[in-house]
Amino acid sequence: MESMKLGQDKTCIAVLGILAVVTFLIPLCNWIFPANSMLHFSAYTVSVLGKYLTFALLGLSLDLVWGYCGILALGHGAFFALGGYAMGMYLMRQIGTRGVYGNANLPDFMVFLNWKELPWYWIGFDHFGFAMLMVVLAPGALAFIFGYLAFRSRVTGVYLSIITQALTYALMLAFFRNEMGFGGNNGLTDCKDILGFNIQSEEVRSMLLMLSGIALISAFGICRWLVNTKLGRVVTAIRDQESRVRFLGYRVDMFKLWIFVFAAMIAGVAGALYVPQVGIINPSEFSPLNSLEIVVWVAIGGRNTLYGAIIGAVLVNYSKTMLTGLMPELWLFTLGAAFVVVTIFLPDGLVGLLRRRLQEQHA
Amino acid sequence: MKVNSLKTDYLLTAFFLLVFSFCVHAAENPTAQQPLFDALHDLQQGAINDREHAIAQLSEIQSERSLPILRALLDGKLFTLKSGNQLVIGEDNHHGYDISDAVSGIKLDSIERSDVTKINLTNNLRVSLRKTIGQLELNAQDPVIRLAAVKAMGSDDDENALALLHKRADIEKESNVKQAIDTIFLLKEMNSSDKALRIAAIDKLKEVNSIDVVNRLNVMIEKDDNGNYLESDAEVRNLAKVALVKINSRLQFYSTIETVFFGLSLGAVLVLAAIGLAITFGVMGVINMAHGELMMLGAYTTYVMQQLLPNHLGVSLFLSIPAAFVISGLAGIIIERGIIRFLYGRPLETLLATFGVSLVLQQSVRSIFSPLNRSVATPEWMSGSWQINDFLSLTWNRFYILVFCLMVFVLLLQILRHTRLGLEVRAVAQNRNMAKAMGIPTDSVDAMTFGLGSGIAGVAGVALSQITNVGPNLGQAYIVDSFMVVVFGGVGNLLGTLVAGFSLGIANKFLEPFAGAVLAKILVLIFIILFIQKRPRGLFPQKGRAADS
Repeated sequence: MESMKLGQDKTCIAVLGILAVVTFLIPLCNWIFPANSMLHFSAYTVSVLGKYLTFALLGLSLDLVWGYCGILALGHGAFFALGGYAMGMYLMRQIGTRGVYGNANLPDFMVFLNWKELPWYWIGFDHFGFAMLMVVLAPGALAFIFGYLAFRSRVTGVYLSIITQALTYALMLAFFRNEMGFGGNNGLTDCKDILGFNIQSEEVRSMLLMLSGIALISAFGICRWLVNTKLGRVVTAIRDQESRVRFLGYRVDMFKLWIFVFAAMIAGVAGALYVPQVGIINPSEFSPLNSLEIVVWVAIGGRNTLYGAIIGAVLVNYSKTMLTGLMPELWLFTLGAAFVVVTIFLPDGLVGLLRRRLQEQHA
Repeated sequence: MKVNSLKTDYLLTAFFLLVFSFCVHAAENPTAQQPLFDALHDLQQGAINDREHAIAQLSEIQSERSLPILRALLDGKLFTLKSGNQLVIGEDNHHGYDISDAVSGIKLDSIERSDVTKINLTNNLRVSLRKTIGQLELNAQDPVIRLAAVKAMGSDDDENALALLHKRADIEKESNVKQAIDTIFLLKEMNSSDKALRIAAIDKLKEVNSIDVVNRLNVMIEKDDNGNYLESDAEVRNLAKVALVKINSRLQFYSTIETVFFGLSLGAVLVLAAIGLAITFGVMGVINMAHGELMMLGAYTTYVMQQLLPNHLGVSLFLSIPAAFVISGLAGIIIERGIIRFLYGRPLETLLATFGVSLVLQQSVRSIFSPLNRSVATPEWMSGSWQINDFLSLTWNRFYILVFCLMVFVLLLQILRHTRLGLEVRAVAQNRNMAKAMGIPTDSVDAMTFGLGSGIAGVAGVALSQITNVGPNLGQAYIVDSFMVVVFGGVGNLLGTLVAGFSLGIANKFLEPFAGAVLAKILVLIFIILFIQKRPRGLFPQKGRAADS
């Protein structure tokens, strides 16, 4: 037991160390060294790394609900996408008169659809602060309503998984509609500035990478602290023996609800950091497949460890980038096989494998 | 209809020809065909007058080949082969013609354009030819052709045509053809100057289901640019209004029926997609995310079958059903033996592993057949629609899928109720340990159950191939929906699945006119999400001990 803890802490520190290096060293290098230097990272590398970090943050939030609370949410991507849309709306408002139609009051796609005025739910997104508030509030509110209804009526297990999937599916269909006022099929794109800085510039890219890293490290810290509090322990107990916890007098639904809402908010932040780095958000982010992919990251990395989710997210996405570049056909085969192999042979993921190795060494 | 159109299938045609060439051909002596040959000879080689005579002759001899030959003549598709003087009908195929023998209708080769000479027509001939064809069609054996001819004649205001229609009206037995003719005359009477006649006509027309009547009546109650009614007589106008109200209420009724039908057919698709899932999910408690892909396999089986038998659409479709059952069923058994059996009791893990399988299956199909959608042809008897009257027509493919769905459902229910496998499946579903203690080989029952559920998914895929595109994403589109149906109906309850599928289908179709297709779907999804909160075990919850585990 002692050695296991030791191994866990070692891996944990290693992951955090690498994270810190990526977060601070790469932007630093890019500021210090000129563009043609060996130590200067290309804009592409920086934005890809930044993207991975937001995915890691998303995986982390899913691990909180799945690994610790036992809720296999198949619609977690919806919260990510909502956060992304909130950020996207802010970025759209920043375009101002530089759009194709040069309309200061309306985003391009609304002009295209012949809309006369801004819908009420777009009001306020000119302000960065308000948009950032929405980044956490919109996913949080959705998670609250959905979770309140679901947990209170004790929908559990596969039923819950399936209705979360239906939720994200319904949202995807809704956001595909032009009438929704979120850009329909094309989503929100053609972003230019964030807080007055050009979103394409290397400095902003490095900054976003750094922000993503900081967000990830702090979220990791908070989650780590959270699961070790009494609340965290109750949540873990709910995962293992839900009815027993209920009989002991705990409000199981409330514990689940708060964890669910908190994780949704983290996912929203991840989405908000993701959008400026890729420059687009569209309804396909809501697709059930995306949400399932998040589950794979966590499963492959190893759930119930928090840093496993980070490892999994980065590893899977790195191989996705490599494979889709080299042989696109192979990607789905690999992903599919990963699902099968991990569930059957590696129930604790890569982290579990590593831990067992370390234990054997110690013994 | 079904039997009638199956005849068009070449295989069966060949069979018929074989049989008939022995019995009928021998009995039907050449002299019976003689007038046909004479007429055709005149048509081919005679002078203009002879041709006119030949056309008249062809319409009189009452051979069933007359109509196709005359039609081909009118369309410029009747040719003489330069070698051998044979009279043929040729269909243009860009390079030349696909020809068939004019006398027998049997398909021959494709030939070059220069191999044939066209039989030419003069304008006078063309006029009399049209008349003759109209006459022939009006007296054709098939009431469908007669009805079409009546409608065509009604729309062009020709005295000759009216005279023909009058004649036909006296001898017509088929009620809908007769009614169509009557309607034409009643509409003519509406234009007469005799008020009593017009009132009588309106009185009769308000019982008729015809778009023409609605249009005519609508004209009567409209105003022209000066604000005057197009129909000056107030009494007639009011009667027209009353008649319109009556017809419109019937129209409303029929459109409700149509919506229910569309809802049922959508429901049938949902039920087909969901009952396989209901077995694997309901009976075994296993979440099979690859279910949609097993349906996709079934649809591709239909496609491959059609590639193997390109000229026998009907036969290949019927063969696809068992083939798809076997292929998807085997795939299911492999999935169960290879993956799922290691994960019993861990439903969330099963969900993930089978999802991995679904990705692999999708990508394999994409690699083998290309990522593009494949089109699967529909046999003739399944295309088109069943025109019940002007206001109500039901598409055949949807209709057959509805019937097919019910057949599959009843069959499955019978298997579960009355076979040994069914008994064992139910026993294992109710209490696995007890069943095991009683000596039921639960392992192989699991595999067979999974195979059965997967096989039905394959059969559903065959049905789907007839109404949507066959592509790698076919399964994905249905997976969420079919889970919804199973969960809504109550897990472990096949009848619940049926009720849930049909009611969701109908609800969807009734919402569509108000909300649009996508919003209707979203509303239904939200409804189910809320419904599950209220009744987590669905419409028809499982009772007893099995429900608690």
